[in-house]
Amino acid sequence: MAMTMTQKILAAHAGLESVQKGQLIRAKLDMVLGNDITSPVAINEFNKFGFDKVFDKNKISLVMDHFVPNKDIKAAQQTKQCRAFAKTFGIKNYFDVGDMGIEHALLPEKGLVGPGDVVIGADSHTCTYGALGAFSTGVGSTDMAAGMATGEAWFKVPAAIKFNLFGKLPKFCSGKDVILYIIGKIGVDGALYKSMEFTGDGLASLSMDDRLCMANMAIEAGAKNGIFEVDDITLKFYKERMTHPYTVYSADPDADYDEVIDIDLSKIVPIVACPHLPENTKKASELGDIKIDQCVIGSCTNGRLSDMKIAADILKGKHIAPDVRCIIIPATQSIYLDCIRLGYAETFINAGCVVSTPTCGPCLGGYMGILAENEVAISTTNRNFVGRMGHVTSKIYLSSPATAAASALTGYITDPQASDM
Amino acid sequence: MKAHGTVHKYGDNIDTDVIIPARYLNTSNHAELASHCMEDIDKSFTSKVKKGDIMVGGANFGCGSSREHAPIAIKESGISVVIAETFARIFYRNAINIGLAILECPEASRKINDGDEVEVDFNTGEIYNHTSGEKYKAQPFPPFIQEIISKGGLLNSISQDGK
Repeated sequence: MAMTMTQKILAAHAGLESVQKGQLIRAKLDMVLGNDITSPVAINEFNKFGFDKVFDKNKISLVMDHFVPNKDIKAAQQTKQCRAFAKTFGIKNYFDVGDMGIEHALLPEKGLVGPGDVVIGADSHTCTYGALGAFSTGVGSTDMAAGMATGEAWFKVPAAIKFNLFGKLPKFCSGKDVILYIIGKIGVDGALYKSMEFTGDGLASLSMDDRLCMANMAIEAGAKNGIFEVDDITLKFYKERMTHPYTVYSADPDADYDEVIDIDLSKIVPIVACPHLPENTKKASELGDIKIDQCVIGSCTNGRLSDMKIAADILKGKHIAPDVRCIIIPATQSIYLDCIRLGYAETFINAGCVVSTPTCGPCLGGYMGILAENEVAISTTNRNFVGRMGHVTSKIYLSSPATAAASALTGYITDPQASDM
Repeated sequence: MKAHGTVHKYGDNIDTDVIIPARYLNTSNHAELASHCMEDIDKSFTSKVKKGDIMVGGANFGCGSSREHAPIAIKESGISVVIAETFARIFYRNAINIGLAILECPEASRKINDGDEVEVDFNTGEIYNHTSGEKYKAQPFPPFIQEIISKGGLLNSISQDGK
């Protein structure tokens, strides 16, 4: 029976010849992930049920990234609890201050997730690793606890929407503009319970950073996972960092899709998602004068080196507008170091921005850039829900790093293609 | 098993950031989480909710973050069941895993009003609106999920399986 890429990976991990949409299965896990917010809840459950060992100490990743370096005493207690758990059970991939990064930038960078893997993470943006051709999905803390104990999770096999990409992105457009365009088209529940499978000739022009950004936001369309067909770009990326063998799965030519959507990458323009849902998209050029108070460039969506590069290219030799605060957060220590080596950090600081150690902080209104009453932010993060980055009356516009950097310079939401960058 | 209570009604796309804002995720204490439940869209929720009350939402209830703190906060605040047109998938999983009752029923989601008195029979999936006199029927869970619920959540079901 013909299967999608996701269905093939799930069948293999459930020890079945084939699976079909709607089928409930139990699958073996290649990686179980948690962070400093979700792991404590999982650890409490793990302990409550008296599990005395983890299924594989090499296949669990605990990344302290949301409120780390600790934002307050309570956050410090939570990190302390994770640290003690990691020590007790000999968790190999425990990442704390000094070697941590934002989890969904860090795991691919360290080669901990690869093609054909099944990954669960107690963080909704775990779907990011679909960029590498893995089945990867966000779950809650109880699933994480069960996964750490048994190495398995239950799944309902998803149906799928196929995105056939062709053409090549114009200047100043990136994976972020493509995924915002898609979410605007299908809505925040447009792929509810489904896989979003990305394929087509257009993949050749999308870097791993573009793909990681797109898979990252599959959850914002309600999807169970986003997944990219594996090609030379994927394999080159993974082989340079791989920690374990990989398997390449491809969809059958006659696999069943609920829908096939063609996307001409050459027609993509800079897109902005307006408050308070990622589906409220508009062309950056059609927004009119929207004054911003703050700009955030970073996160698991857009804190990678190419994001830093485009921001640095736009900000180089210039200064951000008066009354704008610009916070730039390279997503991992390695990206941070590259920003220093390549001169991006100096460019940012000379332009009047701050450059922070890796953290999820501002994206979820944790710390490091909370918005006050009625303030407006442009942000390269992934959610613009009510109160997400601070006060309930504050407003968040989501965009690519190019649009965010261009906007920081003018003080208004600005189309990077239209301005003289 | 039955639930009977007053309805707290909300709209479409109720996300986990409004159910429990991230600024309170520096704790996993259930009571503390419940004390901030829904506060960014309904400041009065925590003061008016009574044990056994029912929450009704529209489409894509619980979208956004995977934080299990969201269903925990709702359950701990006394809500006996959440009825929605559809649930976001991680919230759906989390609710089942922690033993918060949820029902998908588009008709009930549309027709039930805030403040209505509603009764739910979990065995039959029947929802009776005492205020309007209407009856609605929710989709029953597949047997696999019913088993997790009947064993008292995911970890209970795993430990009973001897794993």
